[in-house]
Amino acid sequence: MESLISNQSEETSSWGGGSKPMAASYGKLMMWFFIVSDGLSFSGFLVSYGFSRFKNIDSWPIADEVFTHFPFMHGIEAPMYYVALMTFILIISSVTMVLAVDAGHHMKKNKVIFYMFLTIIFGATFVGSQAWEWNTFIKGDYGALKTRGGQILQFVSSETGKRAAIKDFSFEIPTDRETHESSSGVWYKAESSLPSYSLNEVKFGFEMNDDLVIRIEKLDEKGKKIILSRDESLLQIENAVGVVEGANLIENEYGNPLFADFFFFITGFHGFHVLSGVIINIIIFFNVIIGTYERRGHYEMVEKVGLYWHFVDLVWVFVFTFFYLV
Amino acid sequence: MGKETHNLAIFRGFLKFKSNVQKIWGVLILLSVLTTVEVALGIIKPDILNVPFLRVKLLNWIFIILTIIKAYYIAWDFMHVRDEKSSLQGSVVFPLVFLIPYLAFILLLEADYIFDVMSEGFVSWNF
Repeated sequence: MESLISNQSEETSSWGGGSKPMAASYGKLMMWFFIVSDGLSFSGFLVSYGFSRFKNIDSWPIADEVFTHFPFMHGIEAPMYYVALMTFILIISSVTMVLAVDAGHHMKKNKVIFYMFLTIIFGATFVGSQAWEWNTFIKGDYGALKTRGGQILQFVSSETGKRAAIKDFSFEIPTDRETHESSSGVWYKAESSLPSYSLNEVKFGFEMNDDLVIRIEKLDEKGKKIILSRDESLLQIENAVGVVEGANLIENEYGNPLFADFFFFITGFHGFHVLSGVIINIIIFFNVIIGTYERRGHYEMVEKVGLYWHFVDLVWVFVFTFFYLV
Repeated sequence: MGKETHNLAIFRGFLKFKSNVQKIWGVLILLSVLTTVEVALGIIKPDILNVPFLRVKLLNWIFIILTIIKAYYIAWDFMHVRDEKSSLQGSVVFPLVFLIPYLAFILLLEADYIFDVMSEGFVSWNF
């Protein structure tokens, strides 16, 4: 590692092997080129998200209103605080990683072990937080109706201006309708589980509550969702064809289903990177403990996984901006 | 790589750290400050910044610029790009700074056009 090749020998032996292009080892260079190509994949995803968003620029869901939850704090509106915390966790894990690399340069085995351990803990915390985010997003919170054209109708109280949950105002009508399972049907067709309230129950409850109005997906000039008047709402609710609770790849109570698709795809792809990063970190961590790199004489392997780990952090910085802030 | 071959100056030499570990903490503080500013702006959303510039809100431009600054410091100081040879710096950074803005430009322009076509009334928003 320490050796420098003089100019003369570079001229004579650069095709004979043993020289390092750009003064970096083979493994490190390959990690860099992997990172460049992976960075291009991520940029492809984020740009296609931007494409869908610009295409629906006047009706795209507002991220602040989607991610408003914080673990163990129920009913408190906390837009983005949890994602911000996740961002800090990942940045700090990046710092502990770079401290491990630095300790490796000084051949301090115990410090490398300590910082690698912290990195793994922070990384695992991040993956767990992401799982929690997914769970909250899939479950949804207020529920909405969808129209035949695929638009989402959300409910707002006209007095307080706050969102109204369908479970709070729906009027329960006893019914025999059951989830259709493949065991009981013609052609073994099944349906996904029924929403907790039927369309008629929501409609009836809406008509009984005079202060409820409908909020549509369209945005006004200030970037706020348009709220219809009570009369317009009563007309609009006749267009509804189904109840949507939470989000999945087909429907999304927060608005455009593409938003949910990209959310699952991009944060899922990133979360998969974090997960594999944690696993690689664990492998290297045990290698450090059993002294593999001490015997090898250098900790370059820690530096290489460090590069990967920082890249994961770098991508999150962009995902955070384009998904939650912009 | 030698033990003390790190370039310890950031902000074009305005701030010089005594050791690599110190520089790491310094960069962490910088990144935390930038993230805090982003989150605060994202929660407050000042009306003054709600003005479109090149079809993107001024606030969003600020977010994008702050993000690129953060990305720069993560790559340069955490990934040690600052200590690499300029040929390696170039071969890593150039493909990205050329291809990504290019892809973003063509796709966003196309999406903007599609939006215009749809809003001119050829396609019904709700039916």
